[in-house]
Amino acid sequence: MNGLPGYNFAYLDEQTKRMIRRALLKAVAIPGYQVPFGSREMPLPYGWGTGGIQVTASILGRKDVLKVIDQGSDDTTNAVNIRRFFNRTADVATTDRTEEATIIQTRHRIPEKPLNENQILVFQVPLPEPMTRLEPHEAVTRKLHALADYGLMHVKLYEDIARYGHIATTYDYPVLVNGRYLMAPSPIPKFDNPKLHMSPALQLFGAGREKRVYAIPPWTRVESLDFEDHPFSIQRWQQVCALCDADDSFLDEVVLDGGGRMFVCSDSDYCRTRQAAGHTGTENTPMEVSA
Amino acid sequence: MYVAVKGGETAILNSYELLAAERRGDPEVAELTLAQIRGQMRLAVARVMCEGSLYDKDLAALALKQAAGDQVEAIFLLRAYRTTLPRFGYSVPVDTARMALRRRISATFKDLPGGQVLGPTYDYTQRLLDFSLAEASAAPTPPSAETPLPATSPRVTDLLGEEGMIEAELPLAGDPVPMDLSREPLRFPADRATRLQNLARGDEGYLLALGYSTQRGYANSHPFAGEIRMGEVPLEIIPEELGFAITIGQITLTECQMINQFAGSSDVPPQFTRGYGLAFGESERKAMGMALVDRALRAAELGEEITSPAQEPEFVLAHTDNVEASGFVQHLKLPHYVDFQSELELLRKMRSSSAKVGVGDTANQPELRATEREEA
Repeated sequence: MNGLPGYNFAYLDEQTKRMIRRALLKAVAIPGYQVPFGSREMPLPYGWGTGGIQVTASILGRKDVLKVIDQGSDDTTNAVNIRRFFNRTADVATTDRTEEATIIQTRHRIPEKPLNENQILVFQVPLPEPMTRLEPHEAVTRKLHALADYGLMHVKLYEDIARYGHIATTYDYPVLVNGRYLMAPSPIPKFDNPKLHMSPALQLFGAGREKRVYAIPPWTRVESLDFEDHPFSIQRWQQVCALCDADDSFLDEVVLDGGGRMFVCSDSDYCRTRQAAGHTGTENTPMEVSA
Repeated sequence: MYVAVKGGETAILNSYELLAAERRGDPEVAELTLAQIRGQMRLAVARVMCEGSLYDKDLAALALKQAAGDQVEAIFLLRAYRTTLPRFGYSVPVDTARMALRRRISATFKDLPGGQVLGPTYDYTQRLLDFSLAEASAAPTPPSAETPLPATSPRVTDLLGEEGMIEAELPLAGDPVPMDLSREPLRFPADRATRLQNLARGDEGYLLALGYSTQRGYANSHPFAGEIRMGEVPLEIIPEELGFAITIGQITLTECQMINQFAGSSDVPPQFTRGYGLAFGESERKAMGMALVDRALRAAELGEEITSPAQEPEFVLAHTDNVEASGFVQHLKLPHYVDFQSELELLRKMRSSSAKVGVGDTANQPELRATEREEA
């Protein structure tokens, strides 16, 4: 079984996959360092996960079990589309259960359930350079990385504190990997940043349009930038999930017909698993929130 | 009531069918054939081949049909197909002096060896809608020249070069093999061969606008259209087992050589400099825009002050590709609930802080606000 007639297993030809795997090996060897690679045009648009798709395609084997999430959910249209793509071109088993997957391709979230050493998490990355909004020239940022000169980012965070009293970055929050390279964790909420740290799973990052891959090997130190007197902190809600009663997950705010709000887990598998285990929230009697 | 977002796959499949029906249009009207698109929409086909960087008129016509005439979508389709093709080898550089000319004009000399050849151009048409085309019309029979054009015509820049009035265009020391942008990532600083490759695949509208900006003072350029030529050139490869060049076909190219003033420097006497544009098919606007931008991007090399966007290689080259640009701009349609939620919480926190006297005070905020906790 080969998937789509006329195309190689998982779409990319073997030479291209090998080229990407070599770039990934380099990325694993230098945690957090952005490795340029010969990104290919994919049949999905740039900016829609082509980097993650190329990484997944080049590491995918016939026995792998693939999970694809977007915003934490398996059911959002782009996640469905990417899963369909690998279904058609590689005919691999897919799942929406975090613990069953060997490869999880994700956009904007890290699953709530802890990952294990047999899993690989593949991130879709729109802008791999963490300093791109501060210094758009790659020739300059490359030099700053070489010198480990991250003053630019520290000054930005400091100015946030001076202006707002706290750091005003809530997603794609910059991290220092293995004490060396400043890295963009992709636009995951900073809520997920602690999960990057000492993860037993291999974490691979693919930026197709920008033609870069980078990696966090298992059990690697990943620190979110902060200051001694302004330590890093994550979002937490006073609400719990209205479907599964979870108080430890990232919650999406849903606007109800009557104008009220309810909060539900962004990780659909986590929520479903908890509901199956007997946890119930206020579910069908949406919580009216007084502001 | 909260309805879980389900059924995405069915919705996607339904959208395919709607799209196919909209593409086909009224079934009472005859369906477009690829031969019609190829033959009667040749300029659209040329643009798709050029920016799709694949010279195949049939596939470009198919892409245009599938994309319902949307050029950028057709370019994307062709590019995505192109990636799957094996690379058998690289051609011998084409020699545009050997071009079988169908058009050749120079704005710098009144007459020149080989003459001025207008060819099929809209340049001197009066742009009056021709209502006779609304109905089927008899096929026109074009006039032909009394004497055939010479097999080779010297390029205007070669004529100037004989006098030393224009910078020589010589291969770099050691004649290094140019990189292949379709196989390797763009890195900065990029050499001229790489820049030209990038511009050749670049969006026509973008190059047109950037080139235009250099004429309006955003870069100090004084260009002359030294020569524009269009026609067919043979494409040759050297198969390893033969060791000599064989012709495998011919392609239509449009070449533009812009001539620009250059004041000279301490090392170089005043002379004309070049901007170069080359495009598949009849793509004059593209080739001219490209030549203007190429010249502007040489500012650093020629010791000119960089003051304008068109002179900045990272700005120009990182944004030429319309497949990349279209994808990234339109990815904003993808869900961003999580980022948005994070921003929403931040904004609530800021508003609540600014409403109070003390900035950064986290006590007594509305119920909806996320509280902060120390990292676990």
